[in-house]
Amino acid sequence: MQKLYLLVPLAPLIGAIIAGLFGRFIGPTWSHRATIGLVFVSLVASIIIFMDVLEGNSYNGSVYTWLILGETRFEVGFLIDQLTATMMVVVSLVSLMVHIYTIGYMHDDPGYQRFFSYISLFTFSMMMLVMSNNFLQLFFGWEAVGLVSYLLIGFWYTRPTAIYANLKAFLVNRVGDFGFLLGIALVLMHFGTLDYASVFAQAPGIVDEKIELIPGMPWLVITLICILLFVGAMGKSAQFPLHVWLPDSMEGPTPISALIHAATMVTAGIFMVARMSPLFELSDTALTTILIIGGITTLFMALVAVVQNDIKRVVAYSTLSQLGYMTVALGASAYSAAIFHLMTHAFFKAVLFLGAGSVIIAMHHEQNMQKMGGLKSYMPITYLTMFIAALASSGVPGFSGFFSKDAIIEAVHFANIPGAGFAYFCVLATVFVTALYTFRLIFMTFHGQTRMDKHTKDHLHESPWVVTLPLIVLAVPTIAAGWFIGPIVFGDYFNNVIHVLPQHDAIVKLGAEFTGIGGMMMHALSTIPFWLSVAGIFTAWFLYNVRTDIPAKIKARCGFLYNLLDRKYYIDELYSWLFAGGSRALGTALWKYGDIKVIDGFFVNGAARVVALSAALVRQYQTGYIYHYAFTMIVGIFVILTLWLY
Amino acid sequence: MSFEFPLLSLIIWLPIVFGIAVFTTGNDSNAQLARWLALVGSILGFLVAIPLYSNFDVTTGAMQFVENHVWFERFNVNYHLGVDGISMPLILLNCFITPLIVVAGWEVIKERVSQYMGAFLVMSGIVNGVFASLDAILFYVFWEASLIPMFLIIGIWGGPNRVYAAIKFFLYTLLGSLLMLIALIYLYQTSEGSFSIEDYHKLAIPLTPQIFIFIAFLLAFAVKVPMWPVHTWLPDAHVEAPTGGSVVLAAILLKLGGYGFLRFSLPIAPDASLYLADMMIALSLIAVVYIGLIALMQADMKKLIAYSSVAHMGFVTLGFFLLNTYGIEGAMVQMISHGFISGAMFLCVGVLYDRLHSRQIADYGGVVNKMPAFAAFFMLFAMANAGLPGTSGFVGEFMVIMSAVKVNFWYAFLAATTLIFGAAYTLWMYKRVIFGAVASPAVEGLQDISKREFALLAILAITVLWFGVYPYPLTEIMHTTVDQLLTHVNNSKL
Repeated sequence: MQKLYLLVPLAPLIGAIIAGLFGRFIGPTWSHRATIGLVFVSLVASIIIFMDVLEGNSYNGSVYTWLILGETRFEVGFLIDQLTATMMVVVSLVSLMVHIYTIGYMHDDPGYQRFFSYISLFTFSMMMLVMSNNFLQLFFGWEAVGLVSYLLIGFWYTRPTAIYANLKAFLVNRVGDFGFLLGIALVLMHFGTLDYASVFAQAPGIVDEKIELIPGMPWLVITLICILLFVGAMGKSAQFPLHVWLPDSMEGPTPISALIHAATMVTAGIFMVARMSPLFELSDTALTTILIIGGITTLFMALVAVVQNDIKRVVAYSTLSQLGYMTVALGASAYSAAIFHLMTHAFFKAVLFLGAGSVIIAMHHEQNMQKMGGLKSYMPITYLTMFIAALASSGVPGFSGFFSKDAIIEAVHFANIPGAGFAYFCVLATVFVTALYTFRLIFMTFHGQTRMDKHTKDHLHESPWVVTLPLIVLAVPTIAAGWFIGPIVFGDYFNNVIHVLPQHDAIVKLGAEFTGIGGMMMHALSTIPFWLSVAGIFTAWFLYNVRTDIPAKIKARCGFLYNLLDRKYYIDELYSWLFAGGSRALGTALWKYGDIKVIDGFFVNGAARVVALSAALVRQYQTGYIYHYAFTMIVGIFVILTLWLY
Repeated sequence: MSFEFPLLSLIIWLPIVFGIAVFTTGNDSNAQLARWLALVGSILGFLVAIPLYSNFDVTTGAMQFVENHVWFERFNVNYHLGVDGISMPLILLNCFITPLIVVAGWEVIKERVSQYMGAFLVMSGIVNGVFASLDAILFYVFWEASLIPMFLIIGIWGGPNRVYAAIKFFLYTLLGSLLMLIALIYLYQTSEGSFSIEDYHKLAIPLTPQIFIFIAFLLAFAVKVPMWPVHTWLPDAHVEAPTGGSVVLAAILLKLGGYGFLRFSLPIAPDASLYLADMMIALSLIAVVYIGLIALMQADMKKLIAYSSVAHMGFVTLGFFLLNTYGIEGAMVQMISHGFISGAMFLCVGVLYDRLHSRQIADYGGVVNKMPAFAAFFMLFAMANAGLPGTSGFVGEFMVIMSAVKVNFWYAFLAATTLIFGAAYTLWMYKRVIFGAVASPAVEGLQDISKREFALLAILAITVLWFGVYPYPLTEIMHTTVDQLLTHVNNSKL
């Protein structure tokens, strides 16, 4: 089994090396065969491991020693349990589908091999991240997926917007990592190890320890650790206020928007917090922070999605909002619900993105939905799969998203820590908004009149099988993944992996009412979320299919509100003025004044000038005239004589 | 452990002898001979240094491979050599970098080839001498001698403003070292006639003279490192120096300063070190933050990397004066790693400079379209410079941050800003130079790297990745020595 563990990350790594270093020699076809084959190996191995874990086996051991410092060993190792195995299957499955899809999407791109190399490298990094048994390797994977994300957003490196977006993504992520690394440093300082198992075992022992960051204001160490770690999660999982990079990341090719910026990488933060549940449970302050941040992200990002016209941006903001749901679940101590939503979201969001990509291919790389419309008769498979994903995303009973989202909403309802009320309002209101923007996308793209130019219209056709096959394969779990909510969320699937304190028992209370998926669906019909989502779908249908003139009127009436949403609350402008502009101005000031004027100008060259000046002064006495020297000697003799006589 | 065979002498004198032999090949009609001779000499220089690693005993903190002969009997000056876990990796780094420099200048340097190659070989030997000397006078001779080749390299093969830069470099460093000489003479008096550095370590000195000694050494070493605010010679020197000069300067010469702190300041004046640690930490943190911001605004690639060197060396001095195992070992790892990464960064800029004769970021743009292989290497080194895990650049920074948080959370907080600034200035430069559409006809005409350049960058790339993925061997060799040093420092001399 241990060799199989190694195979899971190493197979895609080998694929990445083959396609990356030797892609030029073996050509496009063999590059995609090699990488797809090796990711398939990884998927099979992941499934075997998953089966093994279901039988109750788990593993925690090291591969090699990275570093020894004093008494502390830093190791690279694997922790294989239910959480890891679930993530492994999700990651390798979505990754494989995206690999296959890429054949169709990127077929005439000059960077074909490079693309395959990157996505395989991503799969390797993500596997290292989820399989880690310690904080250090987690950080390795964490930064490595950030690197690949950077490379892939800037994949089309001649586009100014792409290379702006990738730099922005990397730097914003680095702000998160800054907090994350400090959190890791505090963990190491207080526990003397970075190994999950020993840290979690010792965690209850430090609940009362305090640290004074500002003299006279003691903080609980555990709260500080959790909040710093969560800052890392905010960067990677794009939570407000570090969310700004994710919408821009849509500059990358669509397959990676699906794989990295929707299904897997952005969920790393959620995964990490769930993994650290034994720490986060100990700090109510941290949980409240998470709830509030998650609530803000959920609602406010969903609102932005309503006014976007770029099909990928709608899905991107939807991702932000859905990540907000997961974060809220974490804050409510419903870790299992968060992971469950992570899983269902991975499937339905991958379908939405890959479907959007399929539309974009058909539209000759036009992404503006205002120029689409009526595509359903031309692209039935894309339409059907995306429709299913939209239903799942809107939380229509029976589809996967319904179960996971309903569990989150109800869990927040039951939660009793501060901030739960606010978060409950946010997640509830967002149900309506989600249904609205998702079906707005469906109606604008697939229904109504065709609005594209004649040339595009004449060439409209369904995408090739390499594109539709992944859609169909992923549509299956988009429907069905939710049916396993019983064992996964309410059952004992995550026992011994996720720890919840007795006083944070929202999910337990919820589980007590759970009577099976049928009962859950029946019950939902009498609750607010269901009617909110029906209302959302109906509104979308009315505004974007029946009375298509109304949205423009609303836009004209509420110009201020529209602008606020369209410009994403002006946060980008604020950041680029405050942080980017601020550090550039500070850098220039320090350079021009600090270095050039003061240090070099005053001290260094000033010292040289003093030497030169005094030399010039002293030089005056060396005139070269004998009578000057003779006169000086006489004066000197007088002075000496005078002094001597007295 | 004493070796019959004078290994250290060989490591010092072999490159110098080869360097002199290269000089004798004379004018440029023999350029090819000079190049090959230099290459053979530098590779031999590296090969003879390998036994230093393979026969090194990691279990002892004592000096190894010791050689001790009388030099001037009257003043008790000895030819006394030896290495421990602090100096040994630095010697290896130096011997590793020298062949790369020879290859880097292979086709680029067309005038006075023998002198150029010879100067680097001689310098390599001299620097080994600095790291291996256990006698203060021997150390001082090597220390000052190392200035001369560098002064000539900048002054002869440098850019348009080379004379200003060379003199600034020379005066800055010379002034620093004069105070060190005074401190050494004081120590000679106090120790009643010994120039043995190991004797100085044991010398009991009251706090006030310790502080004076510390400050005298500080000036010498701070200029070399360079620490804020005596760093302004470095950007000028780098900008004017030829590529090879920049590589040696960043990869090797800066480390002399760092080494000095560990060999002199900390063990000779431990109480002063503790007393002044806060000041040293403050200066180091200023280097990290202030210089990081300045680096962001540089329009000249070499200046940018030079400033980034200052910021990275800030981590080194920070690590030293946190005065715990993580800090000092992290600082050592950072020194070694910075040797590879800054060397590689300067080589990358050199590759571009050789083609377009410009170091201005604004003159480039879209280089990746014409030089994809180069862009890939540059990406790796840029990421290493930004401290990405998996590269050696991460290891030292990680260790120092882990160490800082133990001392004071805010130290770690400020140090960790390098995660953001380091990425910002490096990747912003990378974006403007490499990414984008082809910016000018000059860029359009660029040729991708030659086999020679590929080999150079590949060797460094493998090294950077290797130590990023498996840094354990690095700390293994220095661990005992650092432990012993810390025990010594924590034992008051008062």
